[in-house]
Amino acid sequence: MKVRATQAIMECLLEQEVDTVFGYPGGTILNLYDELYNYKDKIRHVLTAHEQGASHAADGYARSTGKVGVCFATSGPGATNLTTGIATAYMDSSPVVFITCNVSEDLLGKDSFQEVDITGIAMPITKATYLVRDPQTIPDIMRQAFAVAATGRPGPVLIDFLKNVTALNTMIDYEFIPWTQNRSTNSIRELAINHGLKAPEPDIGDINKLVDMIAQSERPLLICGGGVVRGRADQQFREFAEKLDAPVAITVMGGGGFPGAHPLTTGMIGMHGSQASNVACNECDLLIAVGCRFSDRVALQPDTFASQAKIVHIDIDRSEIDKNVLTDHHIIGSAKRVLELLNDRLPQYSHKEWKEHILPLRAEQPVEGGDKLTPGQVLDAIQKAVPHDTIVATDVGQHQMWSIQHFHFEYPGQLLTSGGFGTMGFGLGAAIGAKMGNPDKVVVHTTGDGCFRMNCHELATVQYYHLPIITVVFNNGTLGMVRQWQHLIYHEHYSQTTLDRGPDFVKLAQAYGLKGKRVTNRAEMEAALQEALSCGCGYVIDAQIDMDEMVRPMVAGGAHITDFLLK
Amino acid sequence: MKQTISVLVENRAGVLNRITGLFSRRAFNIDSLAVGVTDDPTVSRITIIVDSGNNVVEQVEKQLNKLIEVIKVRTLEENNLIGRELMILKVNANNKTRQDIMTICEIMGAKVADISPTSLTMELSDTPDRLDTFQSMMRPFSILEVARTGVIAVQKGGGKI
Repeated sequence: MKVRATQAIMECLLEQEVDTVFGYPGGTILNLYDELYNYKDKIRHVLTAHEQGASHAADGYARSTGKVGVCFATSGPGATNLTTGIATAYMDSSPVVFITCNVSEDLLGKDSFQEVDITGIAMPITKATYLVRDPQTIPDIMRQAFAVAATGRPGPVLIDFLKNVTALNTMIDYEFIPWTQNRSTNSIRELAINHGLKAPEPDIGDINKLVDMIAQSERPLLICGGGVVRGRADQQFREFAEKLDAPVAITVMGGGGFPGAHPLTTGMIGMHGSQASNVACNECDLLIAVGCRFSDRVALQPDTFASQAKIVHIDIDRSEIDKNVLTDHHIIGSAKRVLELLNDRLPQYSHKEWKEHILPLRAEQPVEGGDKLTPGQVLDAIQKAVPHDTIVATDVGQHQMWSIQHFHFEYPGQLLTSGGFGTMGFGLGAAIGAKMGNPDKVVVHTTGDGCFRMNCHELATVQYYHLPIITVVFNNGTLGMVRQWQHLIYHEHYSQTTLDRGPDFVKLAQAYGLKGKRVTNRAEMEAALQEALSCGCGYVIDAQIDMDEMVRPMVAGGAHITDFLLK
Repeated sequence: MKQTISVLVENRAGVLNRITGLFSRRAFNIDSLAVGVTDDPTVSRITIIVDSGNNVVEQVEKQLNKLIEVIKVRTLEENNLIGRELMILKVNANNKTRQDIMTICEIMGAKVADISPTSLTMELSDTPDRLDTFQSMMRPFSILEVARTGVIAVQKGGGKI
């Protein structure tokens, strides 16, 4: 069948069951948007205020739904505005297909208006990039892009169409093949042979070896990493942990991979890890890390990390093995499959003594009383007011650590946070994507005054699409996390971190047609939350907290994991 | 320790950039690199020599394997590969020195590619070690220009990557 090239692009999106795309139009992508006009009943387009917001929204949509996110942008500045979002998705292995259009073939390489080599720029922050110069390759490339983004270790892919490729009079041969079948078309089969688009099947010898190691261990510790979340292996992980009867430390990216309130949870591990997690890591004799890459925020000092333990690494990505921490054993495969195989072979263990040693250390700090609003009070009030399956999107910094430490996430996709890239301004876009993908769930966006100011223009998107997202600004008038480092390490030189400036976030919300409230104590916070939950529109709570609040505990970068700078 | 990595990649624009970008991004240093098309015009072979420990080479190999454009990667063992490099070398030569230069060429198996009243240009294809020897033998005659291709290599015997 002959169809327009742009029609083939839309049909390829439908093949992948895409019904929502985020983006921003412009000169070179006009043809695509013209076709989108014909498809408006089948594909919903969410117009954000800025391409960066669109990129985070597509990412948040992907993380919260488990589907592939899709984001459109035009050439030049439109494309470069995506880059922070692409890198954010890449570092956290989030599957997003970014589609940009470039200038026409005859203008390519001539520094034309709004021309940039976006496939070159995006190269180190994508799993793959495609520059499409021949319209007939569109179906193949679209199918490959989705296959690459979604399979193995997921991640972003960028497709850059030259404008002439999308010209409305360009006709190509196209046949609709649903994604379940198009993975067996020739080009993808070839790709699969060379790159194993399916997750590798775990080696049974490796599995059995770990089963033996577990049998010999008296003090096992599990780490739940982002791979458990991306691979939606939470059920298998829970069964594994319960069979092993071992404490479970959770990384920032692992939030939601194992129930935060489970009796085996020791909480976060690493720089702001709990006493229980970090001590357990130091004292365990067997450390089993699932889908975790031992980043410098977890394995602060790789040489001494879990020094008494045999370290076992379970990961889908072979290149993660022995990259940051040298391991004693590893298993390659998806978290789900590896844990299934392990669970089939494991008897029920009991590590009572070890648990009794470690678990009491996790005692959570009681929420402070008093008239002055504290981060603990804000989070406690949120947790008591919202449904337990509320999705939480965070920005980056102190509020991020407080949120992850405090909330008990229950399922993958419930916590949306930029753990790897640490992108300030990620949260609001991600919350928009999450709300679009999960209209029935409450979405709370926690942020700081510094982060919120970076992308608060997306409140326009929140208003236009009637998204009742609750934004809670932990407003301490400073870049809190940087200030914390300046306080502890830089002799209180508060260089360029004090944010004694506007705007008035409540008036800002109102200017965007939303509601807001400034709160200075717990009672006001609770009242504002009730209003936010019932108002049916976006709501900004400006929570005034003290500038010298700190994230506790803290271990300095590069230090021994139990060498707490703050307890 | 020098190690030879042989990589089969898709023969299209931007692929070499992706490979070398990966090296610089992860702070791996490339000693030498040679690219050419294989018997299949859609596939190129890149031969890369890195001077690093085993850990680094293992990381390089794993990271290369992840690139979509990479078809196969193999680290070739030092004693199990045929590696050759081509050198073109131009030296000052006159009636007095020309014969001495020719003697060294004969010993090393180099061919004269060009001659002029004041110079000799020679080509030699051999292992990098022997090219180094040849180059050092030519130094006393005053080298004008040297161009080397970098090593290309395949494994010995009937196997292929």
